Amino acid sequence: MFYRVEPHLLTVGLEQDLDLATAPAVRAALDTLLDRYPDRDVRLDLDAVSFLDSTGLGVVLGRYRRLAASGRTLHLVGVRPAVAAVLTVAGVRQIMTWDPAVLNDGRKRGGVADDGGQLV
Amino acid sequence: MTEANSFSLDVASHPDNVGLARLAVAALAAGAPFGVPDLEEIRVAVSEAVTNAVQHGYGGRRDGRVRIEATLSQDRLKVVVSDQGRGIEDVALARQAAAGEGERLGLGILFMETFMDHVVVESHPGQGTRVVMEKRVPVAALAADGD
Repeated sequence: MFYRVEPHLLTVGLEQDLDLATAPAVRAALDTLLDRYPDRDVRLDLDAVSFLDSTGLGVVLGRYRRLAASGRTLHLVGVRPAVAAVLTVAGVRQIMTWDPAVLNDGRKRGGVADDGGQLV
Repeated sequence: MTEANSFSLDVASHPDNVGLARLAVAALAAGAPFGVPDLEEIRVAVSEAVTNAVQHGYGGRRDGRVRIEATLSQDRLKVVVSDQGRGIEDVALARQAAAGEGERLGLGILFMETFMDHVVVESHPGQGTRVVMEKRVPVAALAADGD
């Protein structure tokens, strides 16, 4: 997992498949970041997530609810076709925006900018 | 033509075995002319069935047993996932995506039913759950495969 902090935006990139085995650690790491930067909207980069099932979706939806409760937004980027299929069937499009494009950001250029770092 | 093949896996109700099960079934399914999206859908469906067994059937206990039987025939993949866990009290109710743990269970059943062509969930409270899922090999792929 990597993250990058900008003035009004927290970007978090997940780098593992999201299922029953990985969900607890990912959930905890995300909540740590959401609490540490309580005044920022969140962009979740799923470019490196090739698999997500209902357990993984539960992690994403749970963070969405946490953020929405405090007036913050969650935007998904780097959504792969396999992940998009799951999001579509679950009706996530109705509550959350997502973008299939791959981020061309600091990570791709070989570094993590600003106050970023590795968590998991 | 797809050559018939099958396997049976008996695994502990450990979260890591969810990934093992979907890897094994996807590898078997790759022996038929399924498209990449089909294989992804199969992976999700297997993940849901095994997660149900581990998480709901055994309530997170890791010493239960989960059986995954997969059979590939010429025109379809059949996957049976069974456990001897606590069972689902009301499968129809679980489908309705209620709150809490039931939400994941309901979504899991929705994904299985959406991504596979035929799904039967049999459950007896206190005796376990058996999920039977089938996915047909695409007809166009079958025709092309015969050339």
